[in-house]
Amino acid sequence: MTRDLAVLGVGMHPWGKWGRNFVEYGIVAAREALKDADIEWRDVQFVSGGDTVRNGYPGFVAGATFAQALGWQGAQVASSYAACASGVTALSTARAQILAGFADVAMIVGADTTPKGFLAPTKGERGDDPDWLRFRLLGATNPTYFAFYARRRMELFGATREDFAQIKVKNSRHGLANEYARFRKENTIDDVLNAPMVSDPLSLLDICATSDGAAAMIVTSTDWADAHGYSNYVRIKGVSTVTPAYPNPVIEMPNFATDSKAGTATMPAMGFKDSIAHRAYEEAGVRPEDVSCAEVYDLSTALELDWYEHIGLCAPGEAEVLLRSGATALGGRIPVNTSGGLASFGEAVPAQAIAQLCELTWQLRGQAGVRQVEGANVGLSINQGLFGHGSCVILSK
Amino acid sequence: MTTRVPAVEGWFTTDEASPALIGTRGTQTGSYFWPPTMAVSANPDSPFEEREQVEFSNRGRLWSWTTNYYQPPEPYIPNGPDGTFEPYTVCAVELELEQMVILGPLATGADPTLLALGMNMELVLGPLFTQDGVEHIMYQWSPR
Repeated sequence: MTRDLAVLGVGMHPWGKWGRNFVEYGIVAAREALKDADIEWRDVQFVSGGDTVRNGYPGFVAGATFAQALGWQGAQVASSYAACASGVTALSTARAQILAGFADVAMIVGADTTPKGFLAPTKGERGDDPDWLRFRLLGATNPTYFAFYARRRMELFGATREDFAQIKVKNSRHGLANEYARFRKENTIDDVLNAPMVSDPLSLLDICATSDGAAAMIVTSTDWADAHGYSNYVRIKGVSTVTPAYPNPVIEMPNFATDSKAGTATMPAMGFKDSIAHRAYEEAGVRPEDVSCAEVYDLSTALELDWYEHIGLCAPGEAEVLLRSGATALGGRIPVNTSGGLASFGEAVPAQAIAQLCELTWQLRGQAGVRQVEGANVGLSINQGLFGHGSCVILSK
Repeated sequence: MTTRVPAVEGWFTTDEASPALIGTRGTQTGSYFWPPTMAVSANPDSPFEEREQVEFSNRGRLWSWTTNYYQPPEPYIPNGPDGTFEPYTVCAVELELEQMVILGPLATGADPTLLALGMNMELVLGPLFTQDGVEHIMYQWSPR
């Protein structure tokens, strides 16, 4: 018996900044995914929502919120919160239902409406909440952590601000032709270098914006897909939602400290970010060199370079060389963020991991238009959610 | 006269001459834990071990740093005079003995342009912000 899922439909609402109700965006994405799959809403047996903390109670119970907005029809439901990884956690939940035989047809959906500026913690006096305390005591915004990693690349591997800028240039070029992208303007190296500094060495254009947006997908068992006449569908081969292994020596949002390496006889075989992709590769039975294109979470430009190494595209310290060779641009050996990435979209947290899968599905179907990667066979998406949520999916033709 | 209070209770000692972070150590594993909240990982080899309170060593090496030029959202309280915002630097320092990286503000008056990876750092106390006539103090990282 195969443990693959069939991806029968994907859909998105464009990313932007309108401040409308997030449900409105999610419904548009859900309708597109249903239409793409040629499946009726009443045939969906399981609804798996990616939650948003910014939209009140309906956002915390996103699965039920969307099931209601589409019209109660008795489907089973789940809601997942895993910050940036929420979309893949929702997919993982749906996959377990399908592979266990409890459902054949599932919808995964996530949507967000974000305020202007930095993502901020929940309001109130929350002195026992590390996410609240990091703002009060340190002013440790999300870009603060991105900047720590970027600074280390510069110090350890000789990365330059121009390298980081080149990621923005590449991704902004990729996103030009993506009708769902929010920012469709090609940026130059100088644009990035001359933008206001946010968290040194990262400028405003090195850091992704926060956006409104929505994405959805319809997945089924392969048996159901085959029995209903679908063929040549994209397959989900591996899903990873791992947490770190102790001790994690890398400082992670929203923490004040890492784990202590004292008192541990042996370190984990690999770091957390490496382990995220490793699990998905093992499940899928593929290797990094098999990957045709990847969507990685470029919260900052520099972070994309980290991911090259964590997903095995190159050895640690060699991401700048890979970037400079052009390998990760469209037309290169392993194009990364053909969608335009977060650089072109901005982050709509519960939708973002699903949006990555929409792009990979279009690539593997050969429907990506001018963004198409020739001969794309295997796609990988990866991200990481606050509080230790890994997220990686491998799809194939 | 200005009243001085720690910006957070129980995270560090307020001995001006030799301040220290207040952490815990697992009595079975010898692992260290900080800050003193539940939101830290236990050592999975001994998740329910007793933890004894210890003062951490106050020296380490600079793991990374950044200077922030935009005012963060609430609950951040601006650091400058009269509640104005001024750029500030956050350091990540790896304690040698406890072998863990701990975030903290760069010491008041220290020059962020002189920071370098691996630099020796030590824990000091300094002002974080003043609110309603009360000065809130915080541990800070100072090059030494």
